[in-house]
Amino acid sequence: MSTPYQQQPHPQQAPGGPLGTYTSPIAVRRATFGDALASEWTKIRSVRSTMWTLGVLIVLLLGLGLLTGIVVRSSDAHMGDNSVLLLGFYGVLLGTICVITLGVLTIASEYGTGMIRTTLTACPSRGRILAAKSVVFFLLAFVIVTAMTTLVAAIQSALLPDARTPSGGEWLRATVGVGLYIAMLGLLSLAVGALIRHSAGSITIMIGVVLLPLVLALFMFTPSLEGVRNFLLEYSIPSQLSAFYGESISGSGPAGWDPLWIITGITAVALGGAFLSLNSRDV
Amino acid sequence: MIELEGLTKRYGSKVAVDHLSFQVKPGVVTGFLGPNGAGKSTTMRMLLDLDNPTSGTVRIDGRHYRELAEPLKYIGALLDAKAMHGGRTAYNNLLCLAESNRIPAARVSEVLDTVGLSAVAKKKAKGFSLGMGQRLGIASALLGDPEILMFDEPVNGLDPEGIHWIRNLMKQLAGEGRTIFVSSHLMSEMALTADHLIVIGQGRLLADTSMADFIRQNSRSFVRLRSPQWERLLDVLNQNSVPFLQTGDGAIEIDNGRIEALGELAARHQLVLHELSGQQASLEEAFMQMTAGSVEYHAHGATTPGGPPPPPDRGAGRQAPNWGAHDQGRGV
Repeated sequence: MSTPYQQQPHPQQAPGGPLGTYTSPIAVRRATFGDALASEWTKIRSVRSTMWTLGVLIVLLLGLGLLTGIVVRSSDAHMGDNSVLLLGFYGVLLGTICVITLGVLTIASEYGTGMIRTTLTACPSRGRILAAKSVVFFLLAFVIVTAMTTLVAAIQSALLPDARTPSGGEWLRATVGVGLYIAMLGLLSLAVGALIRHSAGSITIMIGVVLLPLVLALFMFTPSLEGVRNFLLEYSIPSQLSAFYGESISGSGPAGWDPLWIITGITAVALGGAFLSLNSRDV
Repeated sequence: MIELEGLTKRYGSKVAVDHLSFQVKPGVVTGFLGPNGAGKSTTMRMLLDLDNPTSGTVRIDGRHYRELAEPLKYIGALLDAKAMHGGRTAYNNLLCLAESNRIPAARVSEVLDTVGLSAVAKKKAKGFSLGMGQRLGIASALLGDPEILMFDEPVNGLDPEGIHWIRNLMKQLAGEGRTIFVSSHLMSEMALTADHLIVIGQGRLLADTSMADFIRQNSRSFVRLRSPQWERLLDVLNQNSVPFLQTGDGAIEIDNGRIEALGELAARHQLVLHELSGQQASLEEAFMQMTAGSVEYHAHGATTPGGPPPPPDRGAGRQAPNWGAHDQGRGV
């Protein structure tokens, strides 16, 4: 018979026949969390957006830190009771935008590109992926912010030898404390990115979270809203951040290490939500 | 071995996949066919645990996808060419996948070589053409040297040489005893690669047969005769009560005729034949005939080639205004 598409008959296999007759020479063992960490580390270091956001972050922290130090030194301005560490605040405040962006992109870019389908095929455990991304991102952000704030603080101390010498506790809060807080804020952005699954949308939301309370508070003139206004001023993210420098915008509100516990709680809730969402939603 | 049991996916009131049950067996290329929107990709996503089924189960070698220790070593999947990060190089895209499943980094270069992308290994994936993206996706599927391979429309965007390559690759992989599950909406493409066929339409199973059986059951086979002794040929056929059809071009077609018997019959009556050939309608025709009632997106104004009207039950399914009510009607 001259059939154009005739197939050669193949031996019909009985149902329940031999399973998986092909065996790969690559050995199989249960993949560990460490494997997921290695994978996420490769991911985060192999995209240009990481280099850009962290590069801009470093430039902002160093540049603004140096600039404020030099300006204060040349203008003979009086630091008063404030320690020299406070000068690092402006760079950190602007730097939050870079950390937020990187946090969001760490997960939302996978949805944008479709990579998430490949990722979850390779590692079907949503919890493991979220945890590995969180750990890698958090450590990276923490190390860079802490290293940079320490460097900037050291330079500023050298530039302004006359200012009040900060205590060890103040040093710790202005470097490690700020590093932890900013990394945690980035982690919150990562959780929001996992929930929203859209880079631009998530970044907008997070910038809103940082700026909106202060902006709203500015427009609350009426006395009846004073309670709300004070709350927004005291607990806005810039105010919380300033608390690490022993300075609060309103003079009351969270102090010492309080802001870190606040943001850690919020981030934990957001990550929990992100985990539930990843587990239940289709990709 | 992939086993599906009563797999169903609903999006609101729309049923994308409707109680699908079948098995994909090792050692053969199983073609997964259906018109656009039949639910092929949805089914494949559920196989990989990317989408959650509304009901039903999928098992891979008896286990759920999430229970696989290092999934890339069991299943390699090409879902679509865009499932990679464009800002990452081809090499790094594969490296992060390899690391998550503890596959040696040397294997990355190996699969890039297999798919012919070694030269662009350090180039960003976003600069890749559709065909190159497809090859990168195939490389990621091969990464763990898995025993099950799934390809969703693998020939999309490939040039003729690439199509030839993927066909041979699939046959070779099946020859090694692997399970190959490949989807397509092109019957002619399947005919060249698949040994076994699973056809779905509107999410429902229409056929689960070997390729040869599929052709036999779904297409008309006939013997075509041409003779200068036209009148005598008709007489002989009538005398032997062989039913025949006259075609417009002076040939005669005998449905389900045996070519040997007809040749011998002509010889006994000393008839001169100019043609005696076995014919079978193409697979494309058989496929269209089968899915005629379940094509999701019809082009209006175009004539549907080939095929009788759909069987009444499928036609009714398409007319049903409410899927839920229809399901109840089926006693599900």
